[in-house]
Amino acid sequence: MMLKISANPHIQTVRNTRSIMLDVVIALMPAAIAALLFFGVNALRVILTSVAACVLFEYLACRYWLKTANTTQNFSAVITGLLLAYNLPSTMPSWMILIGAFMAIIVAKICFGGLGKNIFNPALVGRVFLFISFPVQMTIWPTPHFLHITSPDGQTGATPLNILKNMDTSSDYPMYSPDDLPSYSNMFLGNIGGCIGEISTLALLLGFVYLLWRRVITWHIPVYYLATVFVLTSFLYAATGEIKFLPLAHLLSGGLMLVAIFMATDYTTSPMTIKGQIIFAVGCGVLTVVIRSFSAYPEGVSFAILIMNALVPLIDKLAVQRYYGERKKCPRKSRAY
Amino acid sequence: MAKKYTFPMGGIHLDKHKTTAACPIIQAPLPAIAVIPIKQHIGAPAKILVSKGDKVKTGTLIADADGIVSADVHSSVSGEVLKIEDVEGASGYVEKMVTIKVEGDVWEPEIDRTPEIVREINLTPEEIIAKIREGGIVGMGGAGYPTPIKTTIPERKKVNLLIINGIECEPFLTADDRLMIEKAEQIIMGARVLNRALGIQNAVIAIDENKPEAIERLTALSKLYVGVNIKVCKTKYPQGGERQLIRAITGKELPSGKLPVDIGCIVQNVGTTFAVYETVLKNKPLFERVVTVSGNGCLHSGNYLVRIGTPISDIIGQSGGLATDVEKIILGGPMMGSAIVNTNAPITKLTSAVLLLKGDEFAKHEPSACIRCGKCALVCPAGLRPFAIKQAVCCNDPSETLRRLHVGDCIECGCCAYTCPAGIPLLDYCKIAKQEIRKK
Amino acid sequence: MDDLIITNMLVLGGTAFAAAVILYFVSKKFAIHADEKETQIAEILPQANCGACGKAGCADFAAICARADEKAFANLYCPVGGAAVMQKIARLKGFSTKDKPSTIAVLRCQGNCQNAPIKVAYDAVSTCRIAHRISSGQNGCPNGCLHLGDCVKVCKFGALRMDKKSGLPVINAAKCVSCGACVKVCPRGLFEIRPQSPDGMVYVACRNKQKGAVARKNCAAACIGCAKCTKLNDQIKIEDNLSYIPATVDVGEFGAKLQKICPTGAIVYKEKLRG
Repeated sequence: MMLKISANPHIQTVRNTRSIMLDVVIALMPAAIAALLFFGVNALRVILTSVAACVLFEYLACRYWLKTANTTQNFSAVITGLLLAYNLPSTMPSWMILIGAFMAIIVAKICFGGLGKNIFNPALVGRVFLFISFPVQMTIWPTPHFLHITSPDGQTGATPLNILKNMDTSSDYPMYSPDDLPSYSNMFLGNIGGCIGEISTLALLLGFVYLLWRRVITWHIPVYYLATVFVLTSFLYAATGEIKFLPLAHLLSGGLMLVAIFMATDYTTSPMTIKGQIIFAVGCGVLTVVIRSFSAYPEGVSFAILIMNALVPLIDKLAVQRYYGERKKCPRKSRAY
Repeated sequence: MAKKYTFPMGGIHLDKHKTTAACPIIQAPLPAIAVIPIKQHIGAPAKILVSKGDKVKTGTLIADADGIVSADVHSSVSGEVLKIEDVEGASGYVEKMVTIKVEGDVWEPEIDRTPEIVREINLTPEEIIAKIREGGIVGMGGAGYPTPIKTTIPERKKVNLLIINGIECEPFLTADDRLMIEKAEQIIMGARVLNRALGIQNAVIAIDENKPEAIERLTALSKLYVGVNIKVCKTKYPQGGERQLIRAITGKELPSGKLPVDIGCIVQNVGTTFAVYETVLKNKPLFERVVTVSGNGCLHSGNYLVRIGTPISDIIGQSGGLATDVEKIILGGPMMGSAIVNTNAPITKLTSAVLLLKGDEFAKHEPSACIRCGKCALVCPAGLRPFAIKQAVCCNDPSETLRRLHVGDCIECGCCAYTCPAGIPLLDYCKIAKQEIRKK
Repeated sequence: MDDLIITNMLVLGGTAFAAAVILYFVSKKFAIHADEKETQIAEILPQANCGACGKAGCADFAAICARADEKAFANLYCPVGGAAVMQKIARLKGFSTKDKPSTIAVLRCQGNCQNAPIKVAYDAVSTCRIAHRISSGQNGCPNGCLHLGDCVKVCKFGALRMDKKSGLPVINAAKCVSCGACVKVCPRGLFEIRPQSPDGMVYVACRNKQKGAVARKNCAAACIGCAKCTKLNDQIKIEDNLSYIPATVDVGEFGAKLQKICPTGAIVYKEKLRG
C-alpha cells in the first residue's frame, strides 16, 4: 500500500470544464429545435456543418500545430460551432460556413493560444468575417415556415430590425411601414426572419433559465445588457417619438437575446469579477443601441461585443471587487495589480 | 425559526458526509506506547521537565511553556519515560517527542474524576487565566494558538463579546457536534468561566443549522444561565473561519491585519471551551480530546475520546484497520487538513479527525487551462482574486505586486481550489505567494 | 490654381519646419548621456541578465564597473563571464586582476530511486516549494531532493536537466556558469557553488542531519556522521550528524581516499570537470 500525499483541499467539485461546457450545449438545444421548426432541414445542415467544421479544425490544430493535448473533448469547439451556426441565415452555402469556422477556431482561438486565452469571441469573429466578406449571402433572410421540412417557395423577407431601420417616417416613400412589423408574439415565439438561432426568444430564455439553474453563469451580464438596451431605446423613443426606437421590438428581435445570454457571458472573453461584468454588459448595451440606431447596419450586437471584448483586459485590471474588511467608500491608491 | 446568521462574501456549499453525527463518543483504549510531541501549538516548543526513566502519572506536567507564546504539555498516560528524542511526525519531518511506556492508568490525585458538573465559579479572572495556562490549553480548532494569550486582554483594548465557535463547516467532522450534544452543560459552564476571565457577561455560542440536536440541547440549557446565548448560523463553508464567524454574528468585518480583539471580540472553539471547563473547574489538564474517525475507507467510523500521543495507527486499528485500497489519510477536515505520510505519528491537541479516503470520489482532476470563469473570485471569502494571484506567481512578479493583491488576507480555506473547474491548485499558488511576501 | 500650389507648399513646408524645430529641442532636452566606458563594458558582458553578480542586470553591473575604483573593482565579479570577462574589463579600466578559481554548482544529494526508494505517491502541483511544505518527500528524507525540478525551471543557461532514471537533477559542467539561481530556489538548500581545483573536487553529497540509523532507513547513500572522513583531514568537521568537506581540502591528495573511506558512498569525488 502506498499512501498519497497532496496539498489541501483534498476534495474537489465534480464540475469540471467539460461538464460546464456540456451544460452550455444543452442550454443551446431549445434554440436548435426552434430553428428546425421554422427553417426545416436547411437549418440542420448549417448547424451540423458548422459544428463538425469547428471540432475538426480544433482537433487538427491541437494535433499538428500546437501539439498539445486534444481539447475537443471539453465541448468548447462544439459551442463555438453552434453559436456560429446560430448567427447565420439558413440559406448560407456550406463552403462559406467552413470559412467562418476556420476564422473562428484557427484565427480567433488557436492563434491566441487556445482555450481560455482568446481575446475575442471566436464565433463572433467568424460571423463578422463572413458578414463583411459575403454581405449578400449574409443578409438573405428566408421567411420562416412552421413545420415545413424544406422551405416551400424559397421566399425571402426582411428581419424586424431591417424593417425598423428602413421605416424612415420623414421620407415620402419609406421602404416599410409600421404595419410590416411582425407581432410581438411572433417575435417572442420565433416566427420571424433572421439568423437561425436568434429568432425564438422563448427558446433562448429557456436556455438562460437552465444556465442559471446549473449555476454556469450569473444573471448579471444578460440582465444588465438587456436592461441597458431597453432603457436607452425607451429614452430615445420617448425623446424623438420615432418608431425605429421601439424598445420592445429591439429587445425581442435580432441577435440581442442570443448574444446577451450566450455570447456576452462567454467566460474567456468577459471580465472575471461581477463588478467588471456589469461594466462590460452596460458597455455592450450602449454600443448595441448606438450601432443599431445610427450606423448603416441594422444589426449591431456582434460589433458591440467584439469592441467590448477588446476592453476586457482593461476592465479586469480596474474592476476589483471589495476585499474582506475593506470599507466600501475608501478608494485606495494603486489597488489594481 | 429565528434569523440565521451568515457571512455574505464568497463561500461554498459542500457535501456533508457527516455519517458519524449519531455516533456517541467512545473512550478509545489506552495505547501501549504514547508519543507526546512537545510542540503542539504555535510558538516556542515547551521545555522538557522529565528525563529518561522517570515515572509519570496521567496528567503530570512533562514540559513547561517556554515564554509567553508557548504552552504546557502534560503526560496523557501513566508509565515510564522511554526516550526523549526526535521522532518522525505525521508529515515525515522529525519533531522532538517524549515517548512513554504505558503502565496502568494512574491519574494525578488533584484531578476531579467525579461525573458531577461543577456550577460554581469562585475564582478571580487572574486565577482563571493562570489555571488555563497550567492546563496547557491551546486553540483546538486547528490553529493551536495558546489560549491564555487570547484570554488576556491587551491594555487599552476592550472586549464585549465572546463567541464560542460551535461551527464545524468541514465535511466529515462531527467531534464538536458530539461534544455539544453530550457535554452541553459543561460547555456552557466553560463559556461562563471564559466570560468571567474576560470580565463580561456576553457569550454567544454559534452553531450551524445542520446540528439540530446540539442546538436544541444548548438552547434549552442556555435559558438557565445568564450571559450565554445561542445563535444559529447557515451551513456554509467556511462559516467556522474566525473572520467569517465574526462577520456573521456581529455584522462587522475585521480590517486586514487586525485581530478579533481589536473590534472587541474573542472567538474560542467549543473543544477549547470544554477543555477550559475541565481545567479550571475539574483540575484536569488537556491530555485527551475527541477525534472523528471517518471517510469512505473506514470500516467502523465514529467519534473517539483519545489520549494525546496515541499513535494514529492505533486509532485506525480501533476503527477496523487500514484497508489495502485506502489512498489518503488526512488529519483534520478534507478542506484544510493535511495528508500524512507516517501512520505511527501521534494524535495531538489539534487533531480533530482522522479521515481515510479512497477511490475516485476523492480523486483530483488533472489541471487544465484556466477558462477565466471567475468562480474562484466569486467564492473567495476574503474577496481576493486567486486567478490574479496565480498569474502573478507564475510570472515571478515582485512581492510588491502580490501585496497589492492582498495575498496576506488569504485564510487558506481552499474554496478557490475546490471550485476551479479547470482543477488548478489555486490555493497552492496563494500559499507560495504568502511565502513570497513573508520573505521581505 | 497657382495659388493653391503655393499655399500647399507654404503650409507643408511650414509644418515640416515647425516639426523639425520641435524635434531638435526635444532631442536636446531628453538626450541620454551614455558613458562611453559603460557602453564598452556592457559590450564585453555576456548580457545574460541573470543577476548572478548581485546587481539588477548587465547594464547595472556595467555602470557599477565603470564607476568603481581599483579597490571596489576587486570585489566585482561576473560569474557567467568568469575570469576572462573580468580581465577584459580590467584591461579597459587599466587595473590588474588576480585569477579567481572557476566554480560550479554541485548537488549535495544522491537520493535516487535505488538509494532512496519511493514510499509515498505525490499528488499535488509539481513544485518543490509545495512538496517541501506538505511532507518530507516521496522517499521520506526530510533533507533530500524532492525530484520536482524547480532548479531546472530556474536555470537560465540550460545547465540542469532532470534525469528520468534517477529522478535527480544533473548538472552540465560545460554549461554551468555558477550563477547561483539553483542555490536560491532549492527549498532544501541542496546546491552549493564550489570552486574546482585542477585536480577536480570532493564533497559530501548529503544534507541529512538525522542520526545515522534514521538517515540510512530512508537512503542508502546518506551521510551517517561516522566521522571516518574527519580522521583523514582535520579540516573536515561533523555537525549535527553531517560531515562537511571544505573547499580548502586538497583534492589531489585526499579526493580518492575520502571517497574510498566513506562507508555509505556519501562522499563524491570527481576528477577534472571542465576545461
